[in-house]
Amino acid sequence: MGELFEGILNHHLGFVVWSAVAFLLLLVMLKKLAWTPILGAISERERFIESALASAENAKNEMARLTNENESLLKQARVERDLILKEAKELKDKIVAEARTSAQVEGTKMIEKAKHEIDAQKVTALNEVKNQVAELSIQIAEKILRKQFEDQQKQQALVSDLLKDVKLN
Amino acid sequence: MISTRILSTGKVRLSIVYAFFFTLFSFSTSLSAQNHPSDTTSSSVNTDAQIPGVENVEHKTEEGKFDPTAVIMEHIADSHYWHLWGNTSIPLPVILISDKGVDLFSSSKFNHGEDAYQGNHYTYKLIEDQVFAVDTTGVVDKEASSHVYDFSITKNVASTWISIIILLLIFTSVSSAYKKRVGKAPKGFQSLIEPIIMFVRDDIAIPNIGYKYAKFMPLLLTLFFFIWINNLLGLLPIFPGGANVTGNIFMTFLLSFIVLIVVNTSGNKYYWKHILLPDVPWWLYPIMIPVEIIGVVSKPFALMIRLYANISAGHIIVLSLISLIFIFKSIAIAPVSVAFVLFMDVLELLVGFLQAFIFTMLTALFIGTAVQEHH
Repeated sequence: MGELFEGILNHHLGFVVWSAVAFLLLLVMLKKLAWTPILGAISERERFIESALASAENAKNEMARLTNENESLLKQARVERDLILKEAKELKDKIVAEARTSAQVEGTKMIEKAKHEIDAQKVTALNEVKNQVAELSIQIAEKILRKQFEDQQKQQALVSDLLKDVKLN
Repeated sequence: MISTRILSTGKVRLSIVYAFFFTLFSFSTSLSAQNHPSDTTSSSVNTDAQIPGVENVEHKTEEGKFDPTAVIMEHIADSHYWHLWGNTSIPLPVILISDKGVDLFSSSKFNHGEDAYQGNHYTYKLIEDQVFAVDTTGVVDKEASSHVYDFSITKNVASTWISIIILLLIFTSVSSAYKKRVGKAPKGFQSLIEPIIMFVRDDIAIPNIGYKYAKFMPLLLTLFFFIWINNLLGLLPIFPGGANVTGNIFMTFLLSFIVLIVVNTSGNKYYWKHILLPDVPWWLYPIMIPVEIIGVVSKPFALMIRLYANISAGHIIVLSLISLIFIFKSIAIAPVSVAFVLFMDVLELLVGFLQAFIFTMLTALFIGTAVQEHH
């Protein structure tokens, strides 16, 4: 066993020391030059990505909220519009109906009035025609009579005629 | 016979994977082992020492037998040369610290172990790629050698530096991409690296450690990428790869030792209570406390062995398959070898990732048990 390890330090201690120096130097240099900046940059980027994802999620939620709100607003507006339209239609129908009835009533009234008027006019006109006919008849009768009774004889004849008819009973 | 030879080679640390290797190649090693009379007395210099960089020539014994064991062990071991091809190697600096002072020279001075080099303080010779102090006659001076500590920039040290440079280049460029593109999606190379970092954080650190994970992220990430890149570099057959850094038990020892330190220094009172005052009847304490204390050490120890054995085994299998060509001395076997090596390399790509993942995950798990709050 002693022979086995004989001279091991003489021949190999140097290698162990050299590699220890080399490895520790590598460790220190890489830590300073590479690992700290690289791991820092990676975790920085991870944080950035995480926060970006979180804010994207927030934006998505906000978007969904806004969309929902818009939709409900739109729905409400639609309902309101329908309501207004319905009311307007009812109002229109009512107005039309009212107008119709009032027009009918007015028409009937006017027709009635016109009838009365016409009747009155007719009566007046008829009365006037009657009067004029009467006057004309009187005038005609007067003229005829006057013509008849211009001649004395005829008057005599008429009187005698009349007298003839009148029989004294 | 074989086991004595292992002891004499001084590569005993590889014995675990060695066993596996021997089942594969017992037929050839049993032949070649006969030709290697074991020289257990390390005080005398073995002049036929096997030298790196020239293995294809050197490892043929007198009868021309090819010794795959030596070739493979040498390939997965550390070296004072960085072998490129054939007899060409990059000499690496040798730094020796002894009781008398420091010696610094190029490994080319050893001439692949042929020559002894007269340093300022001792005369040195490279035997089986390990530096020994020798006397004037070229015989190892055991007493002097015990004062010489080898701080050479070996192949594994240089490979570690290369991997560190690659890691620094990769991650400083990725880091600057993060600075340029603050808050934006990753792009290009950055988007290749980021999922891996996220994987370490979300699938390794957070599930095992919990909300206190941030403090340990630099260690876990560094461990993960360091092990992975070294596993991958180990798969490259030529420079700048080819070194077996994560399959070197001293490297895995260092990594698991760091884990041991980190886990136990970050342990909270619940962790220590669990070890020193476990919830068992008091008369079980003589058993439980030693078991718990062994557990503290055995967990990182398992990390050490697991990584080392897995990566070394991968290298050994690939090298064994390549060795088949030389064992059969036939070019006809080459397509078969190459096909299997290709398969193994692809498998090793997976294993390289997997072992880095397992090491990091178990580290996170141990840290998690140390920092966990008990209610």
